[in-house]
Amino acid sequence: MITTKLNRRSFVIGSTAVGAGLALGLKIPFGASVVRAQDGSPEVTAWVVIRPDDTVVIRIARSEMGQGTLTGLAQMVAEELECDWSKVKTEYPTPGQSVKRKRAWGDFSTGGSRGIRDSHQYVREGGAAARMMLIQAAATTWSVPVTECSAANSVITHKPSGRTVTYGKVAEAAAKLTPPEKPALKDPKDWKLIGKSVKRLDTMDKLNGAHVYGADLKLPGMLNAAIKDCPVFGGKVKSYEAAKVASMPGVKQVVPVGDSAVAVVAETWWQAKTALDQLPIVWDEGPNASVSSATIAEMLKEGLDADQAFVGNRNGDVKAAIASAAKKIEAVYAYPFQNHAPMEPMNATAKYTPERCEVWVPTQNGEAAFAATLAASGLPADKCEVYKLNLGGGFGRRGAFHDYVTQAVLIAKQMPGTPVKLLWTREEDMLHGRYHPVMQCKLVGAFDASNNLTALHMRLSGQSILTAVRPEALQDGKDPATFQGLNPSGEFAFGYSVPNLLIDHAMRNTHVPPGFWRGVNINQNAIFVECFMDEMAHAVGQDPLEFRRKLMTKHPKHLAVLNAVADRAGWGKPAPKGVYRGLAQMMSFNSYVAACAEISVTDGTKVKIQRIVAATDPGYAVNPAQIDRQIAGSFVYGLSGVFLQECTVKDGHIEQTNFNNYDSMRIAQMPKVESILMPSGGFWGGVGEPTICVAAPAVLNAYFAATGKRIRTYPLKNHGITLV
Amino acid sequence: MARMTINGKTVDLNVDPSTPLLWAIREQAGLTGTKYGCGIAQCGACTVHLEGAAIRSCVMPVAAAEGKKITTIEGLANGSTLHKVQKAWLDAQVPQCGYCQSGLIMAVAALLREKPKPTNADIDAKITNICRCGTFQQVREAIHAAAKA
Repeated sequence: MITTKLNRRSFVIGSTAVGAGLALGLKIPFGASVVRAQDGSPEVTAWVVIRPDDTVVIRIARSEMGQGTLTGLAQMVAEELECDWSKVKTEYPTPGQSVKRKRAWGDFSTGGSRGIRDSHQYVREGGAAARMMLIQAAATTWSVPVTECSAANSVITHKPSGRTVTYGKVAEAAAKLTPPEKPALKDPKDWKLIGKSVKRLDTMDKLNGAHVYGADLKLPGMLNAAIKDCPVFGGKVKSYEAAKVASMPGVKQVVPVGDSAVAVVAETWWQAKTALDQLPIVWDEGPNASVSSATIAEMLKEGLDADQAFVGNRNGDVKAAIASAAKKIEAVYAYPFQNHAPMEPMNATAKYTPERCEVWVPTQNGEAAFAATLAASGLPADKCEVYKLNLGGGFGRRGAFHDYVTQAVLIAKQMPGTPVKLLWTREEDMLHGRYHPVMQCKLVGAFDASNNLTALHMRLSGQSILTAVRPEALQDGKDPATFQGLNPSGEFAFGYSVPNLLIDHAMRNTHVPPGFWRGVNINQNAIFVECFMDEMAHAVGQDPLEFRRKLMTKHPKHLAVLNAVADRAGWGKPAPKGVYRGLAQMMSFNSYVAACAEISVTDGTKVKIQRIVAATDPGYAVNPAQIDRQIAGSFVYGLSGVFLQECTVKDGHIEQTNFNNYDSMRIAQMPKVESILMPSGGFWGGVGEPTICVAAPAVLNAYFAATGKRIRTYPLKNHGITLV
Repeated sequence: MARMTINGKTVDLNVDPSTPLLWAIREQAGLTGTKYGCGIAQCGACTVHLEGAAIRSCVMPVAAAEGKKITTIEGLANGSTLHKVQKAWLDAQVPQCGYCQSGLIMAVAALLREKPKPTNADIDAKITNICRCGTFQQVREAIHAAAKA
């Protein structure tokens, strides 16, 4: 995709070099060489390649997995580039090129709803710098002052003479210029493309079968692999009888993969899978084979009253305030393990020789996939490359974890020169997730004689994701990510002022590997906080909205989204007959989100969600139509989770095997979602994840309003409650 | 060897007769628009048309399709003219990741053949595909738009 003529362009981003004075014109450095895309077109900046036919190719480092970041990031570059949007195409730079070019495209990681909010500055600068270089190149050609030239829609105009030239004609000359170091960016009020609901750039191929996902890759001479890893986490392969399947149709080889897995490699995947099903394997399940959901729950329960806990948020003296309270209430909640279950099961294709290892993979983080490739192949960075393919969903499973890449490389190493595509079965995917962590929470609320909330203690007990995944990010043992939505400040700030507050975490880790499940820890934290807010309001006979408002006077942005959904839904006015409402709000991934659910309940158990009103303040809204879709989709992900999904543990392994016992919402259960997008400006919030966390508590609070029953353990199917 | 017509072309698929039609389509016919999601007819990502009716190809042995007419997502459009469901999908910007959309589109195309003006209840009863991104709101809108086209 990109040639190796790197040199000067590696400092486009984050350079400390002083750029040429732009008003005076850019200098043409002596002997400058042009960096070229694979088709020979000049690269103006690392982010922008312009072809002679005026096609603009915008580089996208983050991964598109449905959330729309590819189109949104292209809009941001194009806004500053002043190019013709109809001529924009995109491409992914490879992680290997990123390493060679000292991360010219910044971070590849696509998680934490960071695609746009963490790269908006430098991608816009990449577009702005390219525009300035193109204008300069035209001015130089015309021998006119650059200040007399301007650009719009991929055309540069010299105002005094009326001369024009298109970007494609001057791109070659522009690519020889030194990029300006810190180009000025437009004032948001001047945006023409950012903020517009332009259509996605990647839709057509998803309608005709042409979009190539990782599972669809075809390479010459490629073989296919199916794999079984020890069902009990931490277990190993004791033995297997390869001879029993070696002569089955298509089978090429049966190979060990690390010490815990075995794979069958065959001509087709179906042959590999068929043989693997027949392969006798004896597992050494190890010390975790006696763990069950019950033993894990018992361990977490102990943490609810343990003396030691990591403090996430504290003010005042909770203990004293609770001791002297006129009234107090207490509740315990529990949230289960859940699997990401993206529609496309895990897969990766690898080709290995002692000189080179290449991997093709749908990944949320090309650089992490690259690191896994290096580690598994044992080869240095200059002998490895990763090619990112389209993802059939990610949701956090394909970001921090590249176990399937490691496996594919370990298989390919045993068949040098032959590309091997490893595809997991859905069953393997269910058994070997990186699960939403289990968490219990005990909450105590205390009131004075006038029913004012005087203290809140929230004790979390459960798994730490960072301990398992990124231990270097722990703070003296504390996992700060556990407190998403509960922090005193920052991008996950708690939206209530309570005179005496303590939120702490008794870390209780299990052998079940935790991961970042779309929304991560704020999903359960929002249920704990927002359902308990509802409980406390009812305990003192107050309206849940009014009760919250009193605690939110110092949190205007939290309050604004809550008020917006209450107003739109008609909170305080009579609901249609048989319809009940529930509220929730949080600050999530630097955005403010709230929801009001309207539900009806038949026979106490059949829940019909009639309507959802959801508000989001993400600071700036790059593509409102895509944000609307992320909000609506968040209710599918979040409500599937709270109604239907739980991974239980028996004999050390996950019991659920497929969508027949780990279900997901269908269209019949989909409520009408009305989104309110209310960007207030001045900050950049995420979009892909934030709303999920308010889906469950809004519906749970509406369920209480409808039935008087407070459900505190999930999923709801365990209580005989169904979504109809 | 199984002989059938896929997207208007007669093909001979050299494959064990017990192989699911899905895998014969993907690995022998080389048409990868039809997706594997579960292998147990739960998610619908593998939906194709068999003699015009939507079926979940992951649980149908290729032998059962012998001599039959199969249409996959690659064969839904009439040359460069999109099928009305594809057109409605494009207009409503339905797909997110897109992985389940081949199956959804095929299921909806079959529904519209059977019921040209489906009610919401018809949609709820007949469209049972899983979409983890959660595109259902746009799916419903696009089905009604396609029905009007």
